[in-house]
Amino acid sequence: MKAALIRYSPLAILAIAWQLIAQFELVSSTALPPLTQVATAWLDLLTSGELLTNAGLSLYRGGVGLLLSIVIGAPLGIAMAWWKPVDIALSPLVEAFYPMPKSALIPVTVIWLGFGDGSKILLVFLGCMLPVTIGAFNGARSSEQVLVWSARSMGASRLRMLWDVVLPSAMPDILNGIRTALALAFILMVTSELIVARGGLGNLIGYLGANGSYDAMYGAVLTVAFLGFAADRLYQMFMQRMLAWRQVGDA
Amino acid sequence: MSSAALHTTPSIGRRALQACGWAAVHLSSIIALLVAWEVFARSGAVTMFMLPPFSAVAERIWADAVNGTLWINIGLTLYRTFVGFVLACIIGIGLGIAMARTALARWFFDPIISVGFPMPKVAFLPVIILWFGVFDLSKITMVTVEAVFPIVTATVLGLQGVSHELIWSARNMGAKDRELLWQVMLPAAFPQIMTGIQVALPIALIVAVFTEMAMGGFGVGGDMMHASRFADSRGVFAGIVEIAVVGYCVVKGLAILRRRLLLWHQEAVAPSTV
Repeated sequence: MKAALIRYSPLAILAIAWQLIAQFELVSSTALPPLTQVATAWLDLLTSGELLTNAGLSLYRGGVGLLLSIVIGAPLGIAMAWWKPVDIALSPLVEAFYPMPKSALIPVTVIWLGFGDGSKILLVFLGCMLPVTIGAFNGARSSEQVLVWSARSMGASRLRMLWDVVLPSAMPDILNGIRTALALAFILMVTSELIVARGGLGNLIGYLGANGSYDAMYGAVLTVAFLGFAADRLYQMFMQRMLAWRQVGDA
Repeated sequence: MSSAALHTTPSIGRRALQACGWAAVHLSSIIALLVAWEVFARSGAVTMFMLPPFSAVAERIWADAVNGTLWINIGLTLYRTFVGFVLACIIGIGLGIAMARTALARWFFDPIISVGFPMPKVAFLPVIILWFGVFDLSKITMVTVEAVFPIVTATVLGLQGVSHELIWSARNMGAKDRELLWQVMLPAAFPQIMTGIQVALPIALIVAVFTEMAMGGFGVGGDMMHASRFADSRGVFAGIVEIAVVGYCVVKGLAILRRRLLLWHQEAVAPSTV
């Protein structure tokens, strides 16, 4: 407990510095409203329900997109590692599209699916799929040959081996790929909502900023930042549990 | 990936032939995709607005290239990306060194980095606009803020992972602090730092394009947003093709640079992945 206090005290120092700078108006109060004012504005947003409905909408879009990217991306990566023809056909495409800045797809998804949820889900899906695919591909490809051979010598069929040997040994890489995708999902969700959207946290931030209610805008921005941070921490906990069987073996 | 190819050195002619063969295989998938796009767009299943044929998009890019707007837009996007990216490298590596060497810097920045890394920092865009306006300064700041985190973490992890034997033997031979840092620690940590830099570059491009879309001011992103407002879907798809090519070249270029810089390192011997 005490260790955690010492560890995170710099964040408290930053918060106090923020409050003092704003209090003594070292910078204009529109550019940096005092933290206390931001907190009250945030509470107003929360009690009016605006924050919750928009956050729900954003998380729904990001979550569905991310889930789709996992469901489609991971099997694709494993198939690329397992069947040579799939690899030859798809790896140039993966290589060509991986470095493409995904934010460039925002206007296209809007052209295809309009301003609503569909275009955001499609964008998150497209943006998150390749990190998952590449993680699965690397993981499945590097699964230990010894394991594969011994499974084969014991008479496991190809499909059975995929499920029992390749998938478990690819799991750490797949889970790491999903972690990258999770961070990307938040970035894409917020950017697309900031640029064109009905509803969602990004939209709320843009709206509050355009209206000049900067204290509430700061509140919404900090909410998004916190959600991204919390999602990552939760996912890390989940990952550790999923990989618990490995740690036992290693130790 | 045949392991025999690694050990025997085939004649230059055969190697060139092999490289050509691989390039052809790679290109054929891309060409197949482009042909599928063209055929699908002309089949009448979708409107010209939803998916203009590739030939029309290519024509548009060619026209932009001839009248020069293509080069201005790409140049602006690359300028914003690279200024922000280089700043992120300098700040990131500097901060990483400071954190790896002094306990005070580590104490102060460690929680900020570990909390800040997973945050979607693009959400701070309206705040940055509020502070720095809508011109290049705020775009570059946003790029730097997003790109700096992977570099700092990679630098800290890399420096901390330098093996003690290396440090002890250097010290034993009388290396001073500064020499130790520049001649032993940084080179040893360099592969990992480079990986962080390679993660940061695509992020820098994503953010540069996004800030251009959000604030305008030309660049590939600004141009796409402009086209989209006028329902000019040819312009939108032209932007996508342009930025995909630019992204590919930039990321590939960095990978080649890595191989050059790390020729002395073991990893240069190993076959590359992806």
